[in-house]
Amino acid sequence: MIGATLTVLGSLVLILGTVVWRGLPALNLDMLTQTPKGGYYLGKEGGILNAIVGSFYLAGGATILAVVISLPIVLYLQIYAARTRRAELARLAIDVLWGIPSIVYGAFGFIIMLAIGMRASLLAGIITLALLELPIIVRGMDEAIALVPNALHEASLALGATRLETGIKVVVRQTAPALLTAVLLAFGRGIGDAAAVLFTAGYTDRLPGSLLSPVASLPLAVFFQLGTPFPAVRERAYAAALVLTVIVLAISLISRRLAKRLTKHVIR
Amino acid sequence: MSQANGNRFFRKIRGRVADIIEVIRRMQGRSRLGQDRLARRLMGLLTLLVGLLLPLIAAVLFVRSQPILIAKPLNELLFSTEWRPAAGEFGFLPFIVGTLWVTVVSMLVAVPLSLMTAVYLVEYAPPKIYGWSKPLIDLLAGIPSVIYGVWGILTIVPFVQQIAPAMSQWLGSVPLIGPLFQSDNPTGYSVLAGGLVLAVMIFPIIIAVAEEVIRAVPQGLREASLALGATRWQTIKLVVLRRAWPGVFAAVVLGLSRAFGETMAVLMVVGNVPQIPHSVFDAAYPLTALLANNYGEMMSIPLYDAAMLGSALILLIIVLAFNLVARVVIVRLSLGSK
Repeated sequence: MIGATLTVLGSLVLILGTVVWRGLPALNLDMLTQTPKGGYYLGKEGGILNAIVGSFYLAGGATILAVVISLPIVLYLQIYAARTRRAELARLAIDVLWGIPSIVYGAFGFIIMLAIGMRASLLAGIITLALLELPIIVRGMDEAIALVPNALHEASLALGATRLETGIKVVVRQTAPALLTAVLLAFGRGIGDAAAVLFTAGYTDRLPGSLLSPVASLPLAVFFQLGTPFPAVRERAYAAALVLTVIVLAISLISRRLAKRLTKHVIR
Repeated sequence: MSQANGNRFFRKIRGRVADIIEVIRRMQGRSRLGQDRLARRLMGLLTLLVGLLLPLIAAVLFVRSQPILIAKPLNELLFSTEWRPAAGEFGFLPFIVGTLWVTVVSMLVAVPLSLMTAVYLVEYAPPKIYGWSKPLIDLLAGIPSVIYGVWGILTIVPFVQQIAPAMSQWLGSVPLIGPLFQSDNPTGYSVLAGGLVLAVMIFPIIIAVAEEVIRAVPQGLREASLALGATRWQTIKLVVLRRAWPGVFAAVVLGLSRAFGETMAVLMVVGNVPQIPHSVFDAAYPLTALLANNYGEMMSIPLYDAAMLGSALILLIIVLAFNLVARVVIVRLSLGSK
């Protein structure tokens, strides 16, 4: 059993090791600060700034949208509909949404996008990614708020606060660190997902200009560059993979740290 | 019938919206209680809408794949091996079988390893080791699938390529399982490579859920068993796992559904040849890869678009079935233990 655990942990080390080892030699400042120039995909100069910026726009927008939708849902589930059949049903629906493969969200987003006459764009990508992130955020927040002691609710209600006031001024404030962790977790998932943005966000060599123009993203930059026959371009795919890994790991570590630090001020 | 249902449904929604407008109008003074009631309605409406998202996705995919469901009999779609969109032949069998192969291989690797890890973490690991391993396993869950794909291409594919000839020579003559290891694919892009990459991807999911359910087994049961003179392993095997098994089953099913729907990482390492694989070293072409590779360029050929969305629908239905089973088991379990 120790062997099994070591295998699992070893695979993590192996993955990170491989990505760093192959990605680091190909990484340089130009990669991070320039957009692709002419002939970039034949091995000429340029970088993946378009994809880095694009990914942050996509995942950032999607996370904001998803939070705006999911916070009211979580409050409803926990404060208004706590322990009712309706809440259980809604939770089941959210859990099932969590299990839907991102490629299916991608196809769905693509159909909706065409149906309302939009083209592959930042906005379409944001909406599709938000659908993907929604269940992750709702679940994370729901679990966090469920841990708030009942007495705290009751104390607030007994002082004459309405449920809405209790929810926003007591419960959300109490659980802010855990809520933030859920949000960052979803951001990490969003920034790394390729299948959902494959059809909806498109790809471009330019920096994102408007909500309605196509936008590049890091996972797709890795994917497309790996698909070319030129070794120099494939090297860059490894570098892009390293950049993406570092971003995702950094977010994960920051959220852990943040959760720990903010927890200090929470009444237990 | 469905028309009437639809009408009733729309009336209900319209009713809700009217309710809300009514509430807003009455809230001229905006009393605190009024705000509360308003918030309740709005939040409830939002929850309802998100709850309807799943039926909406299913309905959209169903309607858009309708043309091919009408044009071709279902058993031709599901059981024909001919995939020639240009000639109007859409047999999904190679893709369905490809998905099954990759999933089965990944489960064979992932289930024993992750269950053993979960048992070790809960039952044996000292707190210090647990404190170290748990965040690392969570980290594994956060790695994007494209990165798994890159790792697969750089590490797993060459590895499979190297072991393939030796394995097929060594195991190829064994009766029954021998043909499964026959190799005539020199590239390494194969079912085995896809399965191994997928296995690593679903480790964290199975471990997390299994760990939770094993931890939920009451401590008293363990102590009772140990007090009767059972060893630790006997206690785990005969008491803990027996009690936790529905939950462990649910963990496995959740991992299975994730493996089924995973796209990018698998797409990058399985070779994408539309054939029915006969050995783990053959290339395969899973449903998700089909969708990712061909969607977007499907407009020119009739029925192609419908066929693609049909494959998305198949994926959705299978994953939904898995998820519902697992959730129902978990809910039952949590109700039973209260």
